[in-house]
Amino acid sequence: MFSRRRLLHGAGALGAGLVAARAFPAWAQTHAHGLGSPLPTLSGEEIALNIARMHLNVEGRDGHAIGINGTVPGPLIRLREGQNVRLTVNNALDEETSIHWHGLILPFQMDGVPGVSFPGIRAGSSFTYEFPVRQSGTYWYHSHSGLQEQEGHYGPIVIDPAHRDPIAYDREHVIVLSDFSFLHPHTIFARLKQEPGHFNMQRETILGALNGRDPPLSDQMDWAEMRMDPTDISDVTGSTYTFLINGHGPADNWTALFQPGERVRLRFINAAAMTIFNVRIPGLPLTVVQADGLNVKPVTVDEFQISVAETYDVIVEPREDRAFTLVAEAVDRSGMGRATLAPRAGMSAEIPPLRARPRSNMRDMGMDMSSMTMAWPGTEGANAPMDHGDMSMRDGANAPQVRMGPGVQSIAPMPVDRLGDRGQGLEDVEHRVLVYTDLEALETNPDVRTPTRSLELHLTGNMERFMWSFDGERFSEVVEPIPFRRDERVRVTLVNDSMMAHPIHLHGHFFELLTGPDGKRPRKHTVNVLPGGKVTFDLTADAPGDWAFHCHLLYHMHAGMFRVVTVRPLDETRS
Amino acid sequence: MKWTLIIAAAAPVILATPVLAQSDPPAMQMPWPTTPPQTQAPAETGDQDADRLQMDHGAMDHSQMDHSQTGHGAAADDAVGNEPPPAAPTDHAAERFYTADEMAAARGQLQREHGGAIVSNLMVDMAELQLGDDETAFHWEGEGWIGGDINRFVFKTEGEANEDDVESAEVQALYSRAIGPYFDLQAGVRYDIEPRPNRVYAVLGFEGVAPYWFETTGALFVSDEGEVSARLEGSYDARLTQRLILQPRGEINFSADDIPELEVGAGVTDVELGLRLRYDITRNFAPYVGVSYETKLGDTADYASAAGEDESDMRFVFGVRVRL
Repeated sequence: MFSRRRLLHGAGALGAGLVAARAFPAWAQTHAHGLGSPLPTLSGEEIALNIARMHLNVEGRDGHAIGINGTVPGPLIRLREGQNVRLTVNNALDEETSIHWHGLILPFQMDGVPGVSFPGIRAGSSFTYEFPVRQSGTYWYHSHSGLQEQEGHYGPIVIDPAHRDPIAYDREHVIVLSDFSFLHPHTIFARLKQEPGHFNMQRETILGALNGRDPPLSDQMDWAEMRMDPTDISDVTGSTYTFLINGHGPADNWTALFQPGERVRLRFINAAAMTIFNVRIPGLPLTVVQADGLNVKPVTVDEFQISVAETYDVIVEPREDRAFTLVAEAVDRSGMGRATLAPRAGMSAEIPPLRARPRSNMRDMGMDMSSMTMAWPGTEGANAPMDHGDMSMRDGANAPQVRMGPGVQSIAPMPVDRLGDRGQGLEDVEHRVLVYTDLEALETNPDVRTPTRSLELHLTGNMERFMWSFDGERFSEVVEPIPFRRDERVRVTLVNDSMMAHPIHLHGHFFELLTGPDGKRPRKHTVNVLPGGKVTFDLTADAPGDWAFHCHLLYHMHAGMFRVVTVRPLDETRS
Repeated sequence: MKWTLIIAAAAPVILATPVLAQSDPPAMQMPWPTTPPQTQAPAETGDQDADRLQMDHGAMDHSQMDHSQTGHGAAADDAVGNEPPPAAPTDHAAERFYTADEMAAARGQLQREHGGAIVSNLMVDMAELQLGDDETAFHWEGEGWIGGDINRFVFKTEGEANEDDVESAEVQALYSRAIGPYFDLQAGVRYDIEPRPNRVYAVLGFEGVAPYWFETTGALFVSDEGEVSARLEGSYDARLTQRLILQPRGEINFSADDIPELEVGAGVTDVELGLRLRYDITRNFAPYVGVSYETKLGDTADYASAAGEDESDMRFVFGVRVRL
């Protein structure tokens, strides 16, 4: 165990090294040699984190950021399953802060959500989190206060298993994906409220229709009639974001080293505020071995979509002595994060150009027509929503529990289960793409009971007003939490009535997606619910306390897409 | 006073427009304020809801099969119970560790930060020079708001000045309430600084986006002298490219009364049509050029000729659209 003195000494050394290395932790430095390098991490039972304002240099330009121990992303916290950990967080900001340990199973009062788990960490004060580490895998941590996460307040967590790791690898790299803007996050939020589509610079145009790049005007008019924009894939886009890999912009070319022939484990974490990424490494198949920190039966793909707040661990086996480009393309194709896997520093490989921007289709509107779906993304007609004008896009009778107010623009008339669907924009790519139904848990599910009840929740919103909610009610107007009995098993269905994807995260629990063989269903802490679709999972409410439950798109959450989940009784005596 | 009757008949239509434009099915056109949250089942699902959910799951499973890709072996048929949900607890778990006061304050902030944000906007839609045959005028129109998603304070101003003096200048202060996904109902006061004699008006209007993305605004005005008038405005942004936008725009004004001292006749008083081509250097700053045609009609036109003014005027305009 570290003594406090040794810890401080270590922190000092770390700090000095960081200054020299342009404020990046060792594992995220350009030309990182991998996690085997010295001083890459904070570990042990006593960990000190300091939250402070800093300047982040992105592709040669300085931006305002919030760093943890002087870096963005924050330091890798490396723990071992079975240990106890005390994390003392000092708030050197002039505003309140917090850290939520995303995906960790811990007592509710240590979960780090101000107003739910604890009061928050006031400016100039500190708070000590203390909990036993009961799991292993790739996780992350981030602020749950205001919009700080957008400013860089996030970092990775790796927990090594107590016993043998079933995943064999020779080398590993943590890959933290994120989005950074030189605009203040409150300005971004205000712009979204002031003008829907403010950041979308890939809208359909008249000139585009004339030169054949965009669908014909008649098709554009069909969407306009509904006051919907089929190109509204991401609310905040590459027009203001630089997409970062381990804190580095595409031009910075963060590089991960390998020796040809090695099995390299890449631990992907999507720490972005608003960006869903499509990840691929041209030339290397990706074998997915872990999702949201829990091992899955290996499945090999060429590309996977990682929604905000998800994690995937991937094994690659580069055999050639050459560089490979790691592409993290924003789902709306407005930009990409880029890094390089190379046998030596200073190498680079061809960077594939951005692919064509996706366009919402009938399935995204919750109007599934098999024939229409098959025709995606195409041609005239396939995307013409008003060919089916008999199907109302806002009929409250299709969702009686939703409060039909100004915040509800649409109700999906025929939402279908989209667990087996590829993510937006990947529907027609010609290589292998991961879908949730490919995932199968490696370990047997801890609870395989049949649920005793079901619960349906609607993901609702109005893109015109930038209002987002569950069941038509923003958290600011909701009084009651979503209650669960302790240890009860509930089948939860999330119905996405909006035309945007929502990564929904439940704190303090894992849930089993309704796919895969009994007892081997994939367990996740965050699930991406595709537009106009549904996702069903079974939840064992085994963590007593109050927990946050929300869309992990930061500005959707800030706009009201947030609930509190309660699990009672709190005491050991069971009801 | 045939126009009075027409205006009286038209006013409810104008005010009803936003409601009609809210949504596709007429059944869903209830304005929000009159819709109690009756569809919100207590604690998410009651017994009946649980039954309904069962049925929904049946439907889902069918669609799963229709579109199955891989591995849908999941327990589609297992008998999920229909136990009712528990009652929502009234305690807060964190109060076991922190004082009730501390947590209450933190919960207040949590609510404000998740849907309760106050946002403002200040948009100068037009700040332009208008070059006519025999005069050059400066014309402005702007609007600002501050508030939450539903309730806002709205400020509007528009007016015109030539080389010699300010011909018209009005300001409006309105309470605005979102009544549907696309429209706000607005009520408040309007004050005309010019022309003289000054008027104060009560305002009842709407503002919102009609199908096809038509920006529309309408208002009914009742002056402190009891005169009734109305205004309807519409505009459309035709995106030629991402940044080059052609905006046709129209405005029509009505008066129910003949008001000689303001040179306003009863009926349709004037129509304004504009076509502006702007370039969004950023979404917040866009210079534009265009034309604006304005014509006075009926008795209002007669007042203008009698005063030696043109009844109609075609002007070349250039200016900027700025979000501050």
